[in-house]
Amino acid sequence: MAEAQIARELPLAGRAAGGASVSITPAEPAMRVSLRAPQESIAAVSKGLGIDLPTRPKQSAVAGARSVLWLGPDEWLVIEEGDRDPMADLARATALHSAVDVSHRNTAILVTGTQVADVLNAGCPQDLSLEAFPVGACSRTVMGKIEVVLFRTAEDAFRVECWRSFSDYAFEFLRDAARGL
Amino acid sequence: MLLIHCPYCGEERPELEFRHAGEAHIARPENIAEISDEDFAHYFFYRDNPKGVTFERWRHMHGCGRFFNAVRDSVSDKFLTTYKAGEPKPDIADAANENQINTSKGQGAK
Repeated sequence: MAEAQIARELPLAGRAAGGASVSITPAEPAMRVSLRAPQESIAAVSKGLGIDLPTRPKQSAVAGARSVLWLGPDEWLVIEEGDRDPMADLARATALHSAVDVSHRNTAILVTGTQVADVLNAGCPQDLSLEAFPVGACSRTVMGKIEVVLFRTAEDAFRVECWRSFSDYAFEFLRDAARGL
Repeated sequence: MLLIHCPYCGEERPELEFRHAGEAHIARPENIAEISDEDFAHYFFYRDNPKGVTFERWRHMHGCGRFFNAVRDSVSDKFLTTYKAGEPKPDIADAANENQINTSKGQGAK
């Protein structure tokens, strides 16, 4: 039997936008897990994942190529940019939790540059100043007509996680916003 | 844009992240199979819809995803206070005071 040829194509492959003060590019492929766990399981799940789950609003935790973003009191988004499968790690945690692989549901856009907050604020009504949204802060929020997860990876860099089918809208929205600077 | 205080996120967030979810503090009857159709209708469909201070459920849909309760003035659309789901109805006088504290915090007069 011929071996199946599977090539994964990112929805935003090859696109780029921005100008002098901001650059908008699709992120590399990553594994993502939607994780839910009650208070009692947090210690065990953290151990399995190799990162302490953040427990304060907007807080994130990063270890190597893996990030865990607080989305709600019992909900996290795990992003793995390396090749250690977070689902396999979570499977070792026996405490009650729910982990759903959403790697193919989400895609991400990296927005960097000095005016990054201005570009995002074109569609996101949250306060993205460094006081309210410091480096490492993350939040599920809205951008234009869609829901996104924002993750500030540096003072001038954000990762915008959005659903794959909305990614064209998200990218063009950011392109338009950057044009208006 | 209104800013609504989410008791789970612990901060004020833009109203676009929230959804209204009807009247709060409606307890499901314990003996739901035994009550009359009329009683069921009152539990299920009938709402007070008061003019003035109302107790409502809201959901931080595009944020932490949690349902919580809010005290809102339906005339001025002002949120007097918000509190976690399951907590008892706050005293409205207290709520008004708390709102003043929130307001002063908002102005940086901590």
